[in-house]
Amino acid sequence: MNNQFLPLNVAESAMTEMRSHGEDAFPNECCGFFYGEETDSERIVTLAKRIENVKEGDQRRRFEISGKDYLAAERFAAREGLSLLGIYHSHPVHPAIPSEHDLAVAMPWFSYIIVSVEPTGVDHVRSWQLTPDREFAEERIVESK
Amino acid sequence: MATLIIPTPLRKFTEGESIYTASASNVKELLVALYTSHDGIKKHLFDDEGELRSFIRVYLGDEDINELEGVNTKLEDRDEVSIIPAIAGGSK
Repeated sequence: MNNQFLPLNVAESAMTEMRSHGEDAFPNECCGFFYGEETDSERIVTLAKRIENVKEGDQRRRFEISGKDYLAAERFAAREGLSLLGIYHSHPVHPAIPSEHDLAVAMPWFSYIIVSVEPTGVDHVRSWQLTPDREFAEERIVESK
Repeated sequence: MATLIIPTPLRKFTEGESIYTASASNVKELLVALYTSHDGIKKHLFDDEGELRSFIRVYLGDEDINELEGVNTKLEDRDEVSIIPAIAGGSK
């Protein structure tokens, strides 16, 4: 675990939404945004919102969010006084570790939550952030009520 | 003056500001004005050949500039331009 990043404090309701989305979309990948605020000591995720996976073709190993949905997410955050903190997606029958495809288009600063889903349900959830060297390092998830 | 909306992940290069304004006759001029005045942001927008990175999209209002004239798309006063990172990935 890398401690160069602030812990990611995820509200139970937001975590439940991301896990449920992963299960609902199975065996395809799901995706969405999460919002909240950043303080001096932590990142607080208060809200997760589902977004349509617009990837054409096989969605079991790929996801894509449209530019229009990204724009809408930024506008929503500005309107609600929230920060767009990152993106979540699921890895069906695969560990919650970023792939080369995830790395290729990753942006600095965003948190990337990955939900690993098995046929029986969510297996585990991990979160990652890009380092200045353009590598992913894990950030600690703290779940709160 | 045209307005440029900075995406959240790049605001660490703009002192947290979400909006940048400058006089520019086209999209390229607006982006160049941004990176000339903010250290560190250029490499996230353009590659070594000076082309817009493949995972960066730019919208004029609600339209992708790729459906207009690309970075040569002309701007008028009070136009709103947004930098949009492509969000994609997958497990393998």
